[in-house]
Amino acid sequence: MRSKKEAWLSFLLVLPTILAIGIFVYGFILWTMRVSISQWTGLLPDYTFVGFENYIYLFSTARFQIDITNTLIFTAVFMTGAIGLGFFLAVLLDQGLKGEAFFRSLFLFPMAISYIVTGVVWRWLMNPAQGDRISGFNLLFHNLGLDFLINRWHTTPGWGIAFIAIPAIWQLSGYTMALYLAGLRAIPDQLREAARVDGATEWQIMRYVILPLLKPVTLSAVIIIGHMSLKVFDLIVAVAGKQLALDVPAINMWQTTFDGYYFGVGAAIGVLLLLSVALLIIPYIIYTQKGEANQ
Amino acid sequence: MNSRFAYRRKNWLYIPLIMAAVFYLIPLYLMLATGFKGFEEINLRTMWALPHGLHLDNFIEAYTVLSPYLLNSLNMVFPAAIISSVLGSINGYLLSKWKFKGADTIFLLILFGMFIPYQSILIPLVEFMTRIGLYGSLPGLVLTHVVYGLPITTLTFRNYYSGISNELLEAAKVDGAGMLRIYWSILLPISIPSFVVVLIWQFTQAWNDFLFAVVLTSSRSWPITVALNNMAGSQIIAWNVQMAGSLITALPTLIVYIFLGRYFLRGMMAGALKE
Repeated sequence: MRSKKEAWLSFLLVLPTILAIGIFVYGFILWTMRVSISQWTGLLPDYTFVGFENYIYLFSTARFQIDITNTLIFTAVFMTGAIGLGFFLAVLLDQGLKGEAFFRSLFLFPMAISYIVTGVVWRWLMNPAQGDRISGFNLLFHNLGLDFLINRWHTTPGWGIAFIAIPAIWQLSGYTMALYLAGLRAIPDQLREAARVDGATEWQIMRYVILPLLKPVTLSAVIIIGHMSLKVFDLIVAVAGKQLALDVPAINMWQTTFDGYYFGVGAAIGVLLLLSVALLIIPYIIYTQKGEANQ
Repeated sequence: MNSRFAYRRKNWLYIPLIMAAVFYLIPLYLMLATGFKGFEEINLRTMWALPHGLHLDNFIEAYTVLSPYLLNSLNMVFPAAIISSVLGSINGYLLSKWKFKGADTIFLLILFGMFIPYQSILIPLVEFMTRIGLYGSLPGLVLTHVVYGLPITTLTFRNYYSGISNELLEAAKVDGAGMLRIYWSILLPISIPSFVVVLIWQFTQAWNDFLFAVVLTSSRSWPITVALNNMAGSQIIAWNVQMAGSLITALPTLIVYIFLGRYFLRGMMAGALKE
Protein backbone atom coordinates (compact mmCIF):
# COMPACT_ATOMS: atom_id res chain seq x y z
CA MET A 1 0.00 0.00 0.00
CA ARG A 2 2.90 2.35 0.56
CA SER A 3 6.27 2.69 -1.05
CA LYS A 4 9.64 2.39 0.62
CA LYS A 5 10.30 6.05 0.00
CA GLU A 6 7.17 7.07 1.83
CA ALA A 7 7.96 4.80 4.78
CA TRP A 8 11.34 6.53 5.06
CA LEU A 9 9.81 9.97 4.85
CA SER A 10 7.30 9.03 7.54
CA PHE A 11 10.09 7.82 9.79
CA LEU A 12 12.16 10.95 9.16
CA LEU A 13 9.26 13.20 10.12
CA VAL A 14 8.69 11.32 13.40
CA LEU A 15 12.43 11.27 14.06
CA PRO A 16 12.57 14.60 15.97
CA THR A 17 10.07 13.20 18.46
CA ILE A 18 11.85 9.85 18.65
CA LEU A 19 15.09 11.68 19.40
CA ALA A 20 13.47 14.04 21.92
CA ILE A 21 11.75 11.22 23.82
CA GLY A 22 14.81 9.01 23.39
CA ILE A 23 16.97 11.62 25.11
CA PHE A 24 14.57 13.21 27.61
CA VAL A 25 12.88 10.00 28.74
CA TYR A 26 15.08 6.96 28.11
CA GLY A 27 18.47 8.65 28.00
CA PHE A 28 17.75 10.62 31.14
CA ILE A 29 16.43 7.53 32.95
CA LEU A 30 19.67 5.68 32.17
CA TRP A 31 21.64 8.75 33.25
CA THR A 32 19.72 8.86 36.54
CA MET A 33 20.43 5.15 37.05
CA ARG A 34 24.12 5.86 36.50
CA VAL A 35 24.03 8.71 39.02
CA SER A 36 22.25 6.44 41.53
CA ILE A 37 25.25 4.07 41.61
CA SER A 38 27.79 6.89 41.88
CA GLN A 39 29.11 8.66 44.94
CA TRP A 40 28.13 12.12 43.61
CA THR A 41 27.63 14.46 46.56
CA GLY A 42 28.14 18.20 46.31
CA LEU A 43 27.86 20.52 43.36
CA LEU A 44 30.40 18.87 41.07
CA PRO A 45 29.43 15.63 39.31
CA ASP A 46 31.37 12.62 40.54
CA TYR A 47 30.62 9.35 38.78
CA THR A 48 32.85 7.11 40.91
CA PHE A 49 31.10 3.74 41.02
CA VAL A 50 29.82 2.72 44.47
CA GLY A 51 27.46 -0.15 43.61
CA PHE A 52 24.16 -0.16 45.47
CA GLU A 53 25.50 1.81 48.42
CA ASN A 54 23.05 4.68 47.89
CA TYR A 55 20.11 2.28 47.83
CA ILE A 56 21.30 0.48 50.94
CA TYR A 57 21.83 3.77 52.71
CA LEU A 58 18.39 4.98 51.64
CA PHE A 59 16.57 1.97 53.10
CA SER A 60 18.50 2.38 56.33
CA THR A 61 17.26 5.95 56.87
CA ALA A 62 14.23 6.55 59.07
CA ARG A 63 13.12 9.17 56.57
CA PHE A 64 12.63 6.70 53.74
CA GLN A 65 10.70 4.38 56.06
CA ILE A 66 8.39 7.33 56.77
CA ASP A 67 8.12 7.96 53.02
CA ILE A 68 6.97 4.38 52.40
CA THR A 69 4.44 4.40 55.24
CA ASN A 70 3.11 7.80 54.19
CA THR A 71 2.78 6.73 50.56
CA LEU A 72 0.85 3.62 51.60
CA ILE A 73 -1.54 5.57 53.88
CA PHE A 74 -2.00 8.34 51.31
CA THR A 75 -2.66 5.87 48.50
CA ALA A 76 -5.18 3.90 50.55
CA VAL A 77 -7.20 6.96 51.59
CA PHE A 78 -6.90 8.80 48.28
CA MET A 79 -7.83 5.76 46.20
CA THR A 80 -10.77 4.69 48.37
CA GLY A 81 -12.04 8.26 48.55
CA ALA A 82 -11.62 9.23 44.90
CA ILE A 83 -12.99 5.94 43.53
CA GLY A 84 -15.80 5.65 46.11
CA LEU A 85 -16.96 9.25 45.72
CA GLY A 86 -16.48 9.23 41.95
CA PHE A 87 -18.57 6.06 41.59
CA PHE A 88 -21.28 7.33 43.91
CA LEU A 89 -21.58 10.64 42.03
CA ALA A 90 -21.59 8.88 38.66
CA VAL A 91 -24.45 6.62 39.73
CA LEU A 92 -26.36 9.68 41.01
CA LEU A 93 -25.80 11.56 37.77
CA ASP A 94 -26.86 8.54 35.70
CA GLN A 95 -30.41 8.70 37.10
CA GLY A 96 -31.57 11.23 34.52
CA LEU A 97 -32.10 14.10 36.95
CA LYS A 98 -32.56 17.66 35.80
CA GLY A 99 -29.44 19.79 36.05
CA GLU A 100 -27.13 16.82 35.46
CA ALA A 101 -24.83 18.80 33.15
CA PHE A 102 -24.46 21.53 35.76
CA PHE A 103 -23.51 19.14 38.55
CA ARG A 104 -21.15 17.23 36.28
CA SER A 105 -19.27 20.42 35.36
CA LEU A 106 -19.19 21.45 38.99
CA PHE A 107 -17.66 18.17 40.18
CA LEU A 108 -15.01 18.39 37.47
CA PHE A 109 -13.82 21.97 37.82
CA PRO A 110 -11.08 21.24 40.40
CA MET A 111 -9.31 19.21 37.68
CA ALA A 112 -8.58 22.48 35.87
CA ILE A 113 -6.86 24.03 38.88
CA SER A 114 -3.23 23.77 39.90
CA TYR A 115 -2.36 21.61 42.92
CA ILE A 116 -0.59 24.69 44.24
CA VAL A 117 -3.82 26.71 44.27
CA THR A 118 -5.69 23.80 45.83
CA GLY A 119 -2.95 23.42 48.40
CA VAL A 120 -2.83 27.11 49.35
CA VAL A 121 -6.60 27.24 49.88
CA TRP A 122 -6.75 23.95 51.78
CA ARG A 123 -3.84 25.09 53.92
CA TRP A 124 -6.31 27.59 55.36
CA LEU A 125 -9.29 25.24 55.35
CA MET A 126 -7.33 22.65 57.30
CA ASN A 127 -5.59 25.13 59.57
CA PRO A 128 -4.84 23.19 62.75
CA ALA A 129 -4.58 26.28 65.00
CA GLN A 130 -6.97 26.34 67.94
CA GLY A 131 -8.08 28.87 70.54
CA ASP A 132 -7.66 32.49 69.43
CA ARG A 133 -6.19 31.64 66.03
CA ILE A 134 -8.86 29.09 65.11
CA SER A 135 -9.82 29.27 61.41
CA GLY A 136 -10.91 27.21 58.41
CA PHE A 137 -13.03 24.11 58.95
CA ASN A 138 -12.28 24.09 62.67
CA LEU A 139 -13.84 27.56 62.95
CA LEU A 140 -16.78 26.45 60.82
CA PHE A 141 -17.34 23.41 63.06
CA HIS A 142 -17.15 25.68 66.13
CA ASN A 143 -19.65 28.14 64.64
CA LEU A 144 -22.03 25.29 63.84
CA GLY A 145 -21.75 23.89 67.37
CA LEU A 146 -19.93 20.80 66.11
CA ASP A 147 -16.88 21.26 68.32
CA PHE A 148 -16.30 17.50 68.56
CA LEU A 149 -15.23 17.58 64.90
CA ILE A 150 -12.42 20.07 65.56
CA ASN A 151 -9.13 18.29 64.91
CA ARG A 152 -5.50 18.80 64.01
CA TRP A 153 -5.85 17.82 60.35
CA HIS A 154 -2.51 17.19 58.67
CA THR A 155 -0.68 17.81 61.96
CA THR A 156 -2.34 14.75 63.55
CA PRO A 157 0.59 12.64 64.82
CA GLY A 158 1.19 9.60 62.62
CA TRP A 159 -1.84 10.09 60.38
CA GLY A 160 -1.34 13.61 59.05
CA ILE A 161 -0.79 12.36 55.52
CA ALA A 162 -4.30 10.83 55.49
CA PHE A 163 -5.73 14.36 55.73
CA ILE A 164 -3.66 15.51 52.76
CA ALA A 165 -5.68 12.96 50.79
CA ILE A 166 -8.83 15.08 51.36
CA PRO A 167 -7.82 17.93 49.01
CA ALA A 168 -6.48 15.27 46.60
CA ILE A 169 -9.92 13.61 46.63
CA TRP A 170 -11.51 17.03 46.17
CA GLN A 171 -9.35 17.58 43.11
CA LEU A 172 -9.63 14.18 41.43
CA SER A 173 -12.95 12.57 42.34
CA GLY A 174 -14.50 14.43 39.40
CA TYR A 175 -12.11 12.55 37.16
CA THR A 176 -13.13 9.13 38.47
CA MET A 177 -16.75 10.28 38.26
CA ALA A 178 -16.26 11.06 34.55
CA LEU A 179 -14.65 7.66 33.97
CA TYR A 180 -17.52 5.82 35.69
CA LEU A 181 -20.17 7.95 34.02
CA ALA A 182 -18.76 7.09 30.60
CA GLY A 183 -18.74 3.42 31.65
CA LEU A 184 -22.35 3.56 32.88
CA ARG A 185 -23.50 5.29 29.70
CA ALA A 186 -21.95 2.49 27.64
CA ILE A 187 -24.15 -0.15 29.33
CA PRO A 188 -27.21 -0.70 27.14
CA ASP A 189 -30.58 -0.06 28.81
CA GLN A 190 -31.88 -3.40 27.54
CA LEU A 191 -29.60 -5.19 29.99
CA ARG A 192 -31.18 -3.45 32.97
CA GLU A 193 -34.66 -3.86 31.52
CA ALA A 194 -34.07 -7.58 31.00
CA ALA A 195 -32.92 -7.93 34.61
CA ARG A 196 -35.98 -5.99 35.81
CA VAL A 197 -38.28 -8.24 33.81
CA ASP A 198 -36.62 -11.21 35.48
CA GLY A 199 -37.61 -9.67 38.81
CA ALA A 200 -34.23 -8.35 39.94
CA THR A 201 -34.29 -5.49 42.44
CA GLU A 202 -32.38 -2.27 41.67
CA TRP A 203 -29.78 -3.34 44.20
CA GLN A 204 -29.34 -6.73 42.55
CA ILE A 205 -29.03 -5.09 39.13
CA MET A 206 -26.27 -2.88 40.50
CA ARG A 207 -24.47 -5.76 42.18
CA TYR A 208 -24.75 -8.45 39.51
CA VAL A 209 -25.16 -6.55 36.23
CA ILE A 210 -23.64 -3.08 36.47
CA LEU A 211 -20.65 -3.60 38.77
CA PRO A 212 -19.16 -6.55 36.84
CA LEU A 213 -19.46 -4.55 33.61
CA LEU A 214 -17.64 -1.62 35.21
CA LYS A 215 -14.59 -3.68 36.16
CA PRO A 216 -12.41 -2.27 33.34
CA VAL A 217 -13.29 1.27 34.46
CA THR A 218 -12.34 0.47 38.02
CA LEU A 219 -9.05 -0.96 36.77
CA SER A 220 -8.29 2.27 34.89
CA ALA A 221 -9.22 4.36 37.91
CA VAL A 222 -7.04 2.26 40.25
CA ILE A 223 -4.04 2.54 37.92
CA ILE A 224 -4.40 6.24 37.19
CA ILE A 225 -5.10 7.26 40.79
CA GLY A 226 -2.46 4.82 42.06
CA HIS A 227 0.31 6.23 39.90
CA MET A 228 -0.72 9.77 40.79
CA SER A 229 -0.48 9.03 44.47
CA LEU A 230 3.01 7.57 44.04
CA LYS A 231 4.02 10.87 42.43
CA VAL A 232 2.26 13.24 44.87
CA PHE A 233 4.40 16.31 45.43
CA ASP A 234 3.00 19.80 44.73
CA LEU A 235 -0.08 19.37 46.88
CA ILE A 236 1.85 18.47 50.02
CA VAL A 237 4.37 21.27 49.45
CA ALA A 238 1.56 23.81 49.08
CA VAL A 239 -0.48 22.60 52.08
CA ALA A 240 2.32 22.06 54.54
CA GLY A 241 5.71 22.97 53.10
CA LYS A 242 8.44 20.40 53.65
CA GLN A 243 8.03 18.64 56.95
CA LEU A 244 9.36 15.25 57.90
CA ALA A 245 6.01 13.98 59.20
CA LEU A 246 4.41 14.51 55.78
CA ASP A 247 7.40 13.42 53.72
CA VAL A 248 6.93 11.31 50.57
CA PRO A 249 9.53 9.97 48.10
CA ALA A 250 9.00 12.80 45.60
CA ILE A 251 9.70 15.48 48.21
CA ASN A 252 12.56 13.50 49.70
CA MET A 253 14.16 13.26 46.24
CA TRP A 254 13.80 16.98 45.64
CA GLN A 255 15.26 17.99 49.00
CA THR A 256 18.01 15.37 49.06
CA THR A 257 19.14 16.40 45.61
CA PHE A 258 18.63 20.13 45.26
CA ASP A 259 18.82 21.27 48.90
CA GLY A 260 21.24 18.67 50.24
CA TYR A 261 23.33 18.00 47.10
CA TYR A 262 23.24 14.24 47.71
CA PHE A 263 22.79 13.55 44.00
CA GLY A 264 23.55 9.84 44.24
CA VAL A 265 20.93 9.21 46.91
CA GLY A 266 18.43 11.54 45.20
CA ALA A 267 18.87 9.62 41.95
CA ALA A 268 18.28 6.34 43.80
CA ILE A 269 14.93 7.68 45.06
CA GLY A 270 14.08 8.70 41.49
CA VAL A 271 14.87 5.22 40.18
CA LEU A 272 12.79 3.53 42.90
CA LEU A 273 9.85 5.84 42.17
CA LEU A 274 10.14 5.03 38.49
CA LEU A 275 10.21 1.28 39.17
CA SER A 276 7.08 1.46 41.32
CA VAL A 277 5.21 3.48 38.69
CA ALA A 278 6.44 1.23 35.86
CA LEU A 279 5.12 -1.87 37.66
CA LEU A 280 1.63 -0.33 37.53
CA ILE A 281 1.76 1.41 34.17
CA ILE A 282 3.56 -0.91 31.75
CA PRO A 283 1.09 -3.81 32.05
CA TYR A 284 -1.71 -1.26 31.79
CA ILE A 285 -0.35 0.32 28.59
CA ILE A 286 0.04 -3.11 27.00
CA TYR A 287 -3.44 -4.14 28.15
CA THR A 288 -5.18 -1.02 26.83
CA GLN A 289 -3.29 -0.80 23.54
CA LYS A 290 -3.78 -4.52 22.78
CA GLY A 291 -7.50 -4.12 23.40
CA GLU A 292 -7.48 -1.25 20.94
CA ALA A 293 -5.77 -3.28 18.23
CA ASN A 294 -8.37 -6.05 18.55
CA GLN A 295 -11.31 -3.72 18.07
CA MET B 1 -41.25 3.69 31.87
CA ASN B 2 -43.81 5.25 34.22
CA SER B 3 -41.72 8.38 34.20
CA ARG B 4 -43.76 10.69 36.42
CA PHE B 5 -43.72 8.24 39.30
CA ALA B 6 -40.04 7.54 38.82
CA TYR B 7 -39.30 11.24 38.65
CA ARG B 8 -41.02 12.00 41.95
CA ARG B 9 -39.38 9.07 43.63
CA LYS B 10 -35.98 10.36 42.52
CA ASN B 11 -36.25 13.87 43.95
CA TRP B 12 -34.52 12.86 47.18
CA LEU B 13 -31.39 12.20 45.12
CA TYR B 14 -30.83 15.94 45.04
CA ILE B 15 -29.92 15.85 48.72
CA PRO B 16 -26.59 13.98 48.25
CA LEU B 17 -25.97 15.87 44.99
CA ILE B 18 -26.30 19.24 46.69
CA MET B 19 -24.15 18.08 49.60
CA ALA B 20 -21.46 17.08 47.12
CA ALA B 21 -21.83 20.42 45.33
CA VAL B 22 -21.22 22.23 48.63
CA PHE B 23 -18.06 20.17 49.18
CA TYR B 24 -16.67 21.15 45.76
CA LEU B 25 -17.66 24.79 46.14
CA ILE B 26 -16.27 25.44 49.64
CA PRO B 27 -12.70 26.27 48.52
CA LEU B 28 -14.05 28.47 45.73
CA TYR B 29 -16.34 30.24 48.19
CA LEU B 30 -13.45 30.89 50.54
CA MET B 31 -11.31 32.33 47.74
CA LEU B 32 -14.11 34.60 46.54
CA ALA B 33 -15.49 35.67 49.92
CA THR B 34 -12.04 36.43 51.32
CA GLY B 35 -10.73 37.98 48.12
CA PHE B 36 -13.51 40.55 47.93
CA LYS B 37 -13.33 41.64 51.57
CA GLY B 38 -11.92 45.04 52.42
CA PHE B 39 -8.72 45.14 54.50
CA GLU B 40 -10.69 46.38 57.55
CA GLU B 41 -12.95 43.31 57.36
CA ILE B 42 -10.11 40.84 57.53
CA ASN B 43 -10.37 38.83 60.68
CA LEU B 44 -9.92 35.09 61.07
CA ARG B 45 -13.09 35.03 63.21
CA THR B 46 -15.21 36.19 60.28
CA MET B 47 -13.43 34.03 57.70
CA TRP B 48 -16.68 32.39 56.57
CA ALA B 49 -18.79 35.58 56.46
CA LEU B 50 -19.74 37.18 53.15
CA PRO B 51 -17.88 40.42 52.34
CA HIS B 52 -19.59 43.78 52.86
CA GLY B 53 -19.54 44.93 49.26
CA LEU B 54 -16.98 44.05 46.63
CA HIS B 55 -13.55 45.41 47.52
CA LEU B 56 -10.61 44.91 45.21
CA ASP B 57 -7.87 45.71 47.77
CA ASN B 58 -6.71 42.10 48.09
CA PHE B 59 -6.68 41.51 44.36
CA ILE B 60 -4.72 44.69 43.71
CA GLU B 61 -2.13 43.78 46.30
CA ALA B 62 -1.88 40.16 45.09
CA TYR B 63 -1.66 41.32 41.48
CA THR B 64 1.13 43.76 42.31
CA VAL B 65 3.17 40.91 43.75
CA LEU B 66 2.27 38.31 41.12
CA SER B 67 2.09 40.27 37.86
CA PRO B 68 5.68 39.68 36.64
CA TYR B 69 5.22 35.94 37.21
CA LEU B 70 1.81 35.97 35.57
CA LEU B 71 3.52 37.39 32.51
CA ASN B 72 6.19 34.66 32.68
CA SER B 73 3.46 32.01 32.74
CA LEU B 74 1.70 33.57 29.76
CA ASN B 75 4.95 33.77 27.79
CA MET B 76 5.68 30.13 28.57
CA VAL B 77 2.32 28.35 28.08
CA PHE B 78 1.46 29.50 24.57
CA PRO B 79 4.63 28.34 22.80
CA ALA B 80 4.69 25.17 24.95
CA ALA B 81 1.11 24.26 24.04
CA ILE B 82 1.31 25.19 20.37
CA ILE B 83 4.61 23.48 19.55
CA SER B 84 3.76 20.21 21.30
CA SER B 85 0.31 20.15 19.68
CA VAL B 86 1.64 20.67 16.15
CA LEU B 87 4.31 17.98 16.60
CA GLY B 88 1.71 15.68 18.18
CA SER B 89 -0.57 16.09 15.19
CA ILE B 90 2.16 15.19 12.71
CA ASN B 91 3.26 12.21 14.83
CA GLY B 92 -0.31 11.03 15.28
CA TYR B 93 -0.91 11.19 11.53
CA LEU B 94 2.21 9.27 10.59
CA LEU B 95 1.95 6.71 13.40
CA SER B 96 -1.63 5.86 12.43
CA LYS B 97 -1.73 6.23 8.65
CA TRP B 98 1.86 5.81 7.43
CA LYS B 99 3.19 3.16 9.76
CA PHE B 100 6.82 2.42 9.08
CA LYS B 101 8.40 -0.73 10.45
CA GLY B 102 8.30 -0.66 14.24
CA ALA B 103 5.89 2.30 14.34
CA ASP B 104 3.59 0.65 16.89
CA THR B 105 6.46 -0.19 19.22
CA ILE B 106 7.80 3.35 18.92
CA PHE B 107 4.36 4.65 19.80
CA LEU B 108 4.22 2.52 22.98
CA LEU B 109 7.69 3.76 23.95
CA ILE B 110 6.59 7.37 23.43
CA LEU B 111 3.42 6.71 25.44
CA PHE B 112 5.34 5.52 28.49
CA GLY B 113 6.89 9.01 28.75
CA MET B 114 3.50 10.32 29.83
CA PHE B 115 3.49 8.37 33.08
CA ILE B 116 7.05 8.52 34.37
CA PRO B 117 7.60 10.25 37.70
CA TYR B 118 9.67 13.27 36.72
CA GLN B 119 11.89 12.76 39.76
CA SER B 120 13.52 10.01 37.72
CA ILE B 121 14.77 12.47 35.08
CA LEU B 122 15.26 15.70 37.07
CA ILE B 123 19.01 15.46 37.69
CA PRO B 124 19.93 14.84 34.01
CA LEU B 125 17.37 17.47 32.98
CA VAL B 126 19.07 20.12 35.09
CA GLU B 127 22.53 19.02 33.88
CA PHE B 128 21.37 19.02 30.27
CA MET B 129 19.75 22.47 30.51
CA THR B 130 22.87 23.84 32.17
CA ARG B 131 25.06 22.47 29.36
CA ILE B 132 22.93 23.91 26.57
CA GLY B 133 22.69 27.21 28.45
CA LEU B 134 18.95 27.15 29.09
CA TYR B 135 18.99 26.48 32.84
CA GLY B 136 17.11 29.14 34.80
CA SER B 137 15.38 30.50 31.72
CA LEU B 138 11.86 30.41 30.31
CA PRO B 139 12.90 28.83 26.95
CA GLY B 140 14.32 25.91 28.93
CA LEU B 141 10.96 25.45 30.66
CA VAL B 142 9.13 25.72 27.32
CA LEU B 143 11.38 23.03 25.80
CA THR B 144 10.72 20.77 28.80
CA HIS B 145 6.94 21.17 28.52
CA VAL B 146 7.07 20.57 24.78
CA VAL B 147 9.02 17.31 25.09
CA TYR B 148 7.10 15.83 28.01
CA GLY B 149 3.84 16.94 26.37
CA LEU B 150 4.57 14.93 23.19
CA PRO B 151 3.25 11.57 24.49
CA ILE B 152 -0.26 12.83 25.20
CA THR B 153 -0.50 15.05 22.12
CA THR B 154 0.70 12.18 19.91
CA LEU B 155 -1.74 9.80 21.61
CA THR B 156 -4.74 12.08 21.17
CA PHE B 157 -4.08 12.74 17.49
CA ARG B 158 -3.24 9.11 16.78
CA ASN B 159 -6.57 8.04 18.31
CA TYR B 160 -8.38 10.65 16.25
CA TYR B 161 -6.73 9.87 12.92
CA SER B 162 -7.10 6.10 13.45
CA GLY B 163 -10.84 6.63 13.38
CA ILE B 164 -10.74 8.20 9.93
CA SER B 165 -11.43 5.72 7.15
CA ASN B 166 -8.56 4.60 4.96
CA GLU B 167 -10.78 4.75 1.87
CA LEU B 168 -10.75 8.51 2.08
CA LEU B 169 -6.98 8.50 1.99
CA GLU B 170 -6.82 5.91 -0.76
CA ALA B 171 -9.13 8.02 -2.90
CA ALA B 172 -6.84 11.00 -2.43
CA LYS B 173 -3.86 8.86 -3.35
CA VAL B 174 -5.51 7.75 -6.55
CA ASP B 175 -5.93 11.43 -7.35
CA GLY B 176 -2.19 11.78 -6.98
CA ALA B 177 -1.94 13.35 -3.51
CA GLY B 178 1.17 12.43 -1.50
CA MET B 179 1.64 11.91 2.21
CA LEU B 180 2.09 15.56 3.09
CA ARG B 181 -0.55 16.78 0.68
CA ILE B 182 -3.15 14.45 2.26
CA TYR B 183 -2.26 15.72 5.71
CA TRP B 184 -2.37 19.36 4.70
CA SER B 185 -5.50 19.33 2.53
CA ILE B 186 -7.63 16.58 4.02
CA LEU B 187 -6.73 15.76 7.63
CA LEU B 188 -5.58 19.09 9.01
CA PRO B 189 -8.84 20.93 8.19
CA ILE B 190 -10.89 18.33 10.06
CA SER B 191 -8.50 18.21 13.02
CA ILE B 192 -9.61 21.48 14.57
CA PRO B 193 -11.60 19.85 17.42
CA SER B 194 -8.63 17.65 18.29
CA PHE B 195 -6.38 20.69 18.24
CA VAL B 196 -8.71 22.41 20.67
CA VAL B 197 -8.62 19.38 22.98
CA VAL B 198 -4.84 19.12 22.90
CA LEU B 199 -4.12 22.84 23.11
CA ILE B 200 -6.40 23.21 26.13
CA TRP B 201 -4.86 20.21 27.81
CA GLN B 202 -1.29 21.37 27.25
CA PHE B 203 -2.16 24.92 28.27
CA THR B 204 -3.63 23.65 31.54
CA GLN B 205 -0.75 21.25 32.24
CA ALA B 206 1.94 23.85 31.61
CA TRP B 207 0.10 26.58 33.53
CA ASN B 208 -0.48 24.33 36.54
CA ASP B 209 2.98 22.76 36.62
CA PHE B 210 5.09 23.34 39.69
CA LEU B 211 7.84 20.69 39.71
CA PHE B 212 9.60 21.60 36.44
CA ALA B 213 9.15 25.28 37.19
CA VAL B 214 10.63 25.15 40.66
CA VAL B 215 13.61 23.09 39.52
CA LEU B 216 14.38 24.80 36.20
CA THR B 217 13.64 28.49 36.65
CA SER B 218 15.26 31.25 38.68
CA SER B 219 13.52 34.04 40.56
CA ARG B 220 13.30 36.19 37.43
CA SER B 221 11.72 33.48 35.30
CA TRP B 222 9.39 31.91 37.92
CA PRO B 223 5.97 31.13 36.57
CA ILE B 224 2.98 32.05 38.71
CA THR B 225 2.60 28.71 40.53
CA VAL B 226 6.07 29.05 42.05
CA ALA B 227 5.44 32.68 42.98
CA LEU B 228 2.11 31.77 44.60
CA ASN B 229 3.66 28.97 46.61
CA ASN B 230 6.36 31.35 47.87
CA MET B 231 3.70 33.91 48.67
CA ALA B 232 1.79 31.35 50.72
CA GLY B 233 4.91 30.33 52.57
CA SER B 234 5.88 33.89 53.48
CA GLN B 235 4.97 35.35 56.83
CA ILE B 236 4.68 38.89 55.47
CA ILE B 237 1.79 38.37 53.08
CA ALA B 238 -1.60 38.12 54.78
CA TRP B 239 -3.89 35.16 54.12
CA ASN B 240 -6.55 37.32 52.48
CA VAL B 241 -4.01 38.38 49.85
CA GLN B 242 -3.02 34.72 49.44
CA MET B 243 -6.65 33.85 48.70
CA ALA B 244 -6.86 36.60 46.10
CA GLY B 245 -3.54 35.40 44.64
CA SER B 246 -4.88 31.84 44.44
CA LEU B 247 -7.87 33.04 42.49
CA ILE B 248 -5.68 35.04 40.10
CA THR B 249 -3.54 31.94 39.53
CA ALA B 250 -6.57 29.70 38.99
CA LEU B 251 -8.50 32.12 36.78
CA PRO B 252 -6.96 31.50 33.33
CA THR B 253 -7.44 27.72 33.44
CA LEU B 254 -10.85 28.12 35.10
CA ILE B 255 -12.03 30.42 32.31
CA VAL B 256 -10.82 27.92 29.72
CA TYR B 257 -12.68 25.19 31.60
CA ILE B 258 -15.90 27.17 31.87
CA PHE B 259 -16.02 27.96 28.17
CA LEU B 260 -14.43 24.85 26.69
CA GLY B 261 -15.12 22.23 29.37
CA ARG B 262 -16.32 19.67 26.83
CA TYR B 263 -12.93 19.63 25.13
CA PHE B 264 -11.15 19.59 28.47
CA LEU B 265 -13.02 16.43 29.40
CA ARG B 266 -11.90 14.70 26.22
CA GLY B 267 -8.26 15.49 26.96
CA MET B 268 -8.72 14.03 30.42
CA MET B 269 -10.20 10.81 29.08
CA ALA B 270 -7.32 10.42 26.63
CA GLY B 271 -4.98 10.57 29.63
CA ALA B 272 -6.59 7.38 30.97
CA LEU B 273 -5.82 5.76 27.58
CA LYS B 274 -9.58 5.49 26.97
CA GLU B 275 -11.61 7.26 24.35
